[in-house]
Amino acid sequence: MKPVNFDYARPLDVDGALALLADETALVKVVAGSQSLGPMLNLRLVQPDLLVDITGVEELRSFEESGDKLTLGACITHADIEDGRLPDVTHGALPSVASGIAYRAVRNRGTVGGSLTHADPSADWVSMLAALGATVTLRGPEGARHLPVEEYMLGALEADLRPGELLVSVTVPKLGSGASWGYYKSCRKTGEFAHAIGAMLIDPERGICRAVIGATETRPLVIADAKGLIGDGDPAAFDSKAVTAALTEAGMRDPIERQTHSVALRRAVEGARGR
Amino acid sequence: MSEQGVGASLKRKEDDRYLRGRGQYVGDIRLAGMRDAAFVRSPIAHGKIKSIHVPEEYRDRVFTAADLDADGVKPIVAVSGLAGFKVSEQPVLAFDKVRQVGELIAMCIGESRAEAEDIADAVEVEFEELPAVHDMLEARKPGSALLHEAWGDNIFLETQIDVDIESAFDAPIKITREISTARQCMVPMEGRGTVATWDSRMEQLVLYTGSQMPHIVRTGLSECLGLEQTQLRIVSPDVGGGFGYKGILLPEDICLGWLALRCGYPVRWLEDRREHLTAGANCREHHYSITAYADRDGRLRGIDCEATVDSGAYSSYPFSACLEAAQVASILPGPYDFPAYRCRTYSVATNKCPILPYRGVARTGVCYAMELMLDAVAREAGLEPAEVRMKNLVRPEQMPFNNITHKHFDSGDYPEALRRAMAHIDIEAFRARQRKGEPDGRLLGLGLSVYCEQGAHGTSVYAGWGIPMVPGHEQATARMTPDGGLELRVGVHSHGQSMETTLAQVAHEVLGIPTDKIKLVHGDTEYTPYSTGSWGSRCAVMAGGAVSTACKEIARLAKAVGAHMLQVKPEEVELAQGAVYSQTGRVTLTEIARTWYLRPQDLPKSVDPRGLEVTIGYKPERDTGTFSYAAHLATVAVDPETGDIEILDYVIAEDGGKLINPMVVDGQIYGGLAQGIGTALYEEMRFDGSGQPLASTFADYLLPGPTEVPAPKLDHMETLAPYTEFGVKGIGEGGAIAPPAAIGNAVNDALKGFGAELLHSPMTPRRVLEAIAEAKAAGTATRSDEVVS
Ligand SMILES: Cc1cc2nc3c(=O)[nH]c(=O)nc-3n(C[C@H](O)[C@H](O)[C@H](O)COP(=O)(O)OP(=O)(O)OC[C@H]3O[C@@H](n4cnc5c(N)ncnc54)[C@H](O)[C@@H]3O)c2cc1C
Repeated sequence: MKPVNFDYARPLDVDGALALLADETALVKVVAGSQSLGPMLNLRLVQPDLLVDITGVEELRSFEESGDKLTLGACITHADIEDGRLPDVTHGALPSVASGIAYRAVRNRGTVGGSLTHADPSADWVSMLAALGATVTLRGPEGARHLPVEEYMLGALEADLRPGELLVSVTVPKLGSGASWGYYKSCRKTGEFAHAIGAMLIDPERGICRAVIGATETRPLVIADAKGLIGDGDPAAFDSKAVTAALTEAGMRDPIERQTHSVALRRAVEGARGR
Repeated sequence: MSEQGVGASLKRKEDDRYLRGRGQYVGDIRLAGMRDAAFVRSPIAHGKIKSIHVPEEYRDRVFTAADLDADGVKPIVAVSGLAGFKVSEQPVLAFDKVRQVGELIAMCIGESRAEAEDIADAVEVEFEELPAVHDMLEARKPGSALLHEAWGDNIFLETQIDVDIESAFDAPIKITREISTARQCMVPMEGRGTVATWDSRMEQLVLYTGSQMPHIVRTGLSECLGLEQTQLRIVSPDVGGGFGYKGILLPEDICLGWLALRCGYPVRWLEDRREHLTAGANCREHHYSITAYADRDGRLRGIDCEATVDSGAYSSYPFSACLEAAQVASILPGPYDFPAYRCRTYSVATNKCPILPYRGVARTGVCYAMELMLDAVAREAGLEPAEVRMKNLVRPEQMPFNNITHKHFDSGDYPEALRRAMAHIDIEAFRARQRKGEPDGRLLGLGLSVYCEQGAHGTSVYAGWGIPMVPGHEQATARMTPDGGLELRVGVHSHGQSMETTLAQVAHEVLGIPTDKIKLVHGDTEYTPYSTGSWGSRCAVMAGGAVSTACKEIARLAKAVGAHMLQVKPEEVELAQGAVYSQTGRVTLTEIARTWYLRPQDLPKSVDPRGLEVTIGYKPERDTGTFSYAAHLATVAVDPETGDIEILDYVIAEDGGKLINPMVVDGQIYGGLAQGIGTALYEEMRFDGSGQPLASTFADYLLPGPTEVPAPKLDHMETLAPYTEFGVKGIGEGGAIAPPAAIGNAVNDALKGFGAELLHSPMTPRRVLEAIAEAKAAGTATRSDEVVS
């Protein structure tokens, strides 16, 4: 279980990284925290010619707060967020979710950009950042692109990353003062990937009531206007039949899966209520 | 009790190096010029090998069965003497057929493991795939695909015991269940690994391999490689967990030995996790079709069972393919006394890796089946589970007790263990809280399980099974050094049992030498007496007994020398606290040792020429085994919406006879409990219809971690074993036996309002939800509340 022979480069700026990624004659892979890529290399599921380590790029390790949003460099780690090294614009949502990812050793290295690009349906950021309405910024040979997080993920382990492109940042809108959020994941043990995720954002000031059901077979189910399903956040109004129907509609066949996912969302709603 | 002797919770001598990261495992061994080996393994479960293509450039670095064959290397054959046993031959490298995913086909050598893997990737094997036999119950049926065509079926062995079962048929309670346990991997922290090298000075093939039984590996290896046993030396350095996984002769060991002979340079293979998970899922898979007969008052009238064990593709050396199933029949009755019994067992060959005895050997499955049945009887009779157990447990006044399968329970008070476990919990308060219900909607349950464990069983038992290895007298060497220290040499090996500490305590108890001057030498066939090794909860009893016996002999010899030095008769001296005393004088053991080794001119002609060194064997007065036992109690909270299970409280009341080091025993129980929780809630290797294992990393094969293992409440009883030195009983495996049953009963207790019952371990969230859904569909629920669906 050792990787194939590969070369390694550690550029110091985004342009340097993009230049290396532009080589079409070789299989070039970006590596950030290596928490997902590392095992895949060892299992030889990925056999690159060149690894481009982007954690030396200062721009990708920084953040910027401006106006109504916070922009995180792609290489901000889960631990950076957990430990409050960046301002909290989400009423505690980001630090709370970060602290529940895997184990501390993984959080020390795993990055937001890596997590979104790896696109594991059971991962936390794909669901929570979608609930918060975050977007990603990509840079590549054809310039920059901006996509909502939920659109960046195309399916299980598949992100909308074009050849030569790099995810450079994630932008999270600031929540209104009366906003509340909820997040619930069902895991078999501490640090394990979730088998059902519910995420909820109720932000009356900005007129948002968004629900996300994650840890499905594919990308999370985002219900942009969730009022119909869950009232305005009163758990008693939670319409489990409608949620179940939405899951069936989304292709979830197994009734037990539907049950656990519906429960996860209801508990996220209950959590939002409590905040 | 002295501060260092038997009964003292002495800190472990070995921890200094372990805790500083200075242990020496196989992976730490670096020999000059050493290369790495990687294996081409079968990607399919069952098929014929049509061709093996080795690229020209790698011809001298890839070896196949044809190369082994040319040197006369023999397959691994482990025959049981039980009547009707069908023999399998496990090829060292497969040639005509593969019978499990991960089976070895070729070995490749590289400058590094990565390069060896590159070469392995370049080897192409063409197969003609055969239908995979992946379900042991289907495999028993006529018409199933066959693993070993010459057998005509897939059954290694069938056994039957029948004691008057018909007398139970008129019992008012009759309950039948299908109960099963998943296939597991043992997952020691350190995987398997071997470094092999030819020592031309000693004319010996030296194999460094993490093994629980270096001597047995030497015997088996010599048969396969055709070497004299004197030409083989097995060194088992520090071992990072064994649990039975390192109690086997692996084909890899034979390959590495052959490679070292053939290539002339040292070679190494270190198992990786993927190899372990995909090629090494080798334990615990049992199925029980079981009926309990009982009276309305909960008294058992009889147990009727058909048990099937998935033995995998081959009979492994030395324990064979039928050790699990054959034991099931004899130990299913557990600690209970009932008048009628029938058990038929099947050891079935499937396209999975060969079964090995994992900590608790057969007992974990047996305990799960039996204890689930006792709770089913309790529910049917409307009694508390404890009451049903109290009615059926063997009582202290019956001890020693010969049970229905002629097991000789040596001593103990089983009901008292149960009472003591229950005393840690306010049962009535718990029942009240359970009835009231939790504010968060979770359901509470309480579960019990009781077992007794035969350990350290010897010649008379194993001769009956007739496997390649039958334990006889356990030997130990004790030898004083000129500076008054003591060396102990034993053929068992520590893979976490703390023997460097506990055997030193035994020697200290007899001789009074401080434990820091006592050194245990083990894990090397060159330096230690022959032994079947560490397995079957036998080390404290057998090696402890042997060390004590050897030290008593040293005491006799030292007293004779000391008496001469004190100018008195040997019968006029006593040995105490490391010195020999007469009425008038005292010489220390150090002075005695110095005299024997360095000043022989001071000793008379008549001195005993054995000096201060003895090798001597030990067997308990009866070798039918010690019977430690325990009652486990678990309380759980089950989330009926998600199926999540949380263990709230865990209690173990246990009797291991005299405890040499209670702290070490606690450690053994904690470790066993963690594994038991793994069996109960997490660990499962599933296979698809083509025999592919479905987990190849820990993302898919779940193990309990620190946050999943509660701190148990431990309570020790110490009923001395009547037949062993100090009254010690084997307890190494017990912690892993009872948890699935206790937790399973607790979960079923929590779900009883739904009329739901889980009968398969691990009890995963999905299985909980399925059981609830099934019960609701069947309309057995007495609960009125609805869950989402
Ligand atoms: C034991 C364990 C448990 C875990 N549990 C959880 C969990 O509970 N929840 C959870 O959400 N996650 C979990 N993870 C995943 C972890 O959180 C990491 O976030 C994840 O591994 C990806 O981040 P990374 O920085 O390590 O990415 P890498 O492994 O370095 O890269 C992953 C992929 O993304 C690509 N990539 C990385 N950065 C960029 C970029 N900026 N632009 C373009 N492509 C990029 C790489 O090429 C690669 O394909 C777990 C991981 C482990 C090892």
